[in-house]
Amino acid sequence: MSFSAVNILGTMPEIYLTFFGCVLLILETIVPKEKRSWLGYFTILALVFAMIASIGLNGKGLPLYSGLYIIDPFSNFFKITIYVGAIITVLFSLPYLEQEDIHHGEYYAFILFSVVGMMVMVSAGDLITLFLGIELMSLCFYVLVGLKRESHRAVEASFKYFLLGAFSAAIFLFGISFLYGASGTETISGLAAFISNPGSLKPIVIAGMILTLVGFTFKVSAVPFHMWTPDVYEGAPTVVTGFMAAASKIAAFAVFLRVFWVAFSGNRHEWDILIVLISILSMAVGNVVALLQTNIKRMLAYSSIGHAGYALMALLLPNRESLFALLFYVFAYMFMTLGAFGIVLMMRKKGVEGEEISDFVGLHKRHPLAAFMMLIFMFSLAGIPPFGGFLAKFYIFYAVVHAGYVWLAVVGIIFAAIGAYYYLKVVMAMYMREPEESVEVHMTPMGKIGLALTAGTTLILGIYPAPFVEYIKSSLALFVP
Amino acid sequence: MVPLSWYVALSSLLFLIGLVGVLIRRNIVIVLLCIEIMLNAVNINFVAFSKYQHVIDAQIFVFFVITVAAAEVAIGLGIIIALFRLKETINIDEFNILKL
Repeated sequence: MSFSAVNILGTMPEIYLTFFGCVLLILETIVPKEKRSWLGYFTILALVFAMIASIGLNGKGLPLYSGLYIIDPFSNFFKITIYVGAIITVLFSLPYLEQEDIHHGEYYAFILFSVVGMMVMVSAGDLITLFLGIELMSLCFYVLVGLKRESHRAVEASFKYFLLGAFSAAIFLFGISFLYGASGTETISGLAAFISNPGSLKPIVIAGMILTLVGFTFKVSAVPFHMWTPDVYEGAPTVVTGFMAAASKIAAFAVFLRVFWVAFSGNRHEWDILIVLISILSMAVGNVVALLQTNIKRMLAYSSIGHAGYALMALLLPNRESLFALLFYVFAYMFMTLGAFGIVLMMRKKGVEGEEISDFVGLHKRHPLAAFMMLIFMFSLAGIPPFGGFLAKFYIFYAVVHAGYVWLAVVGIIFAAIGAYYYLKVVMAMYMREPEESVEVHMTPMGKIGLALTAGTTLILGIYPAPFVEYIKSSLALFVP
Repeated sequence: MVPLSWYVALSSLLFLIGLVGVLIRRNIVIVLLCIEIMLNAVNINFVAFSKYQHVIDAQIFVFFVITVAAAEVAIGLGIIIALFRLKETINIDEFNILKL
């Protein structure tokens, strides 16, 4: 392996962010407690800087470090989406951390390190790099979830997430070891070449594929490995929940896609039935159990399980259409989920967070702007036009029908119709009923910028998607198998 | 030379011991140790396969796995201490504020 300048330049965004994360850890000890919000602005600056660097590298399609690391338009698309998600998260967290009294300086450093983890994941050209990226991201999230150290719920959620995360990482590694044992290589391209041989389908390869599938299913929180999602989403601080639901899930989908479409595409008939099963189960469990929830964070957690089910349907056929559909879906999903959690974290009830659905009753009378934003996100998540969520679902179902799975599209649409009920329940509570309790919406300028970004993008994605469509299409130019 | 299948049998057995331990033991420190057993089963697998494939890269992977396992234990024990301060117990069944 050679450490030439090309390699260093290609990974410059990751190097920047790691450096800025370390600088933040030092600054935290110097900056006085009242001035902590400066650390937040510094984080945003670092992310913008890294974004410029990533845009500068776009379109190269380079394998770096002897193929361990890939910089291509595909990974750049995901990286830029993740930067935007992280910037919006920091905008939301500035006032939120102050109110919850958890404004620790290391919060921002952990955000940056987890972003680096996600970047390594989406650029991984080798299963070693992939594993390290997943672990870097997860280790940061275990800490971020337990940020409220004196809250039972937060620490318990952090512990559950840690235990199940480490458990699934071990299973994932066991799968990698079998794949390595059969093929003698860990690079994704090497595995692809090995698996496309007709004689390669030994039980050991099948076992390896199923075990890695378990690891990915855990990370995208699809049934049957979804049990951690509602607990962790409920217990974590709401900003962290939003960031986890949006950014970490997107990164997990990116690696899922890369491993299953590039490395395992040789014998797709062995695993596509599993994907169909996981997708149907996720849609069923996510949408049906969400109907019963009274806590809005739990409801959004089950909704995210359902959304993982829709997105997984696009993994079935490796063509340009379904790849485009999946990328568009995760892009739209990130903005609407972050926005919905953004509204939830602004609700205050007697000094604590108002996170029950009953707290939204009559919000329209007290705070029309917040109610209208929430309406946009709920309609978009439910897939009602003219918002981004509708087009995203439309592209997915279109790709699934084109792939010949008409019945699967019908099942998906039925579950989407069931799912619309609980989103509309929130809208009904906000608009149709009179306010009872004194719940306040605590909006700050920073939070308003974050909401404007998320709501605006959700709306534009539905009304005038052309520039985004062009951008996504250009970013998958080099990827299509 | 010991045949490869013996190594795979050993690592699979260790992995199963760890897996069953995570599922049935109620003491959180033991559960953490069971996860470590699972990771070490993976390490045995990597080293054995690497030896028989005559490729060295999986042995490098083992170092990464050991490092990550150490980092994971550090964070895990930190979380367990935070939890113990709040609840004064290390029985998993007591952690039930969040309904499953």
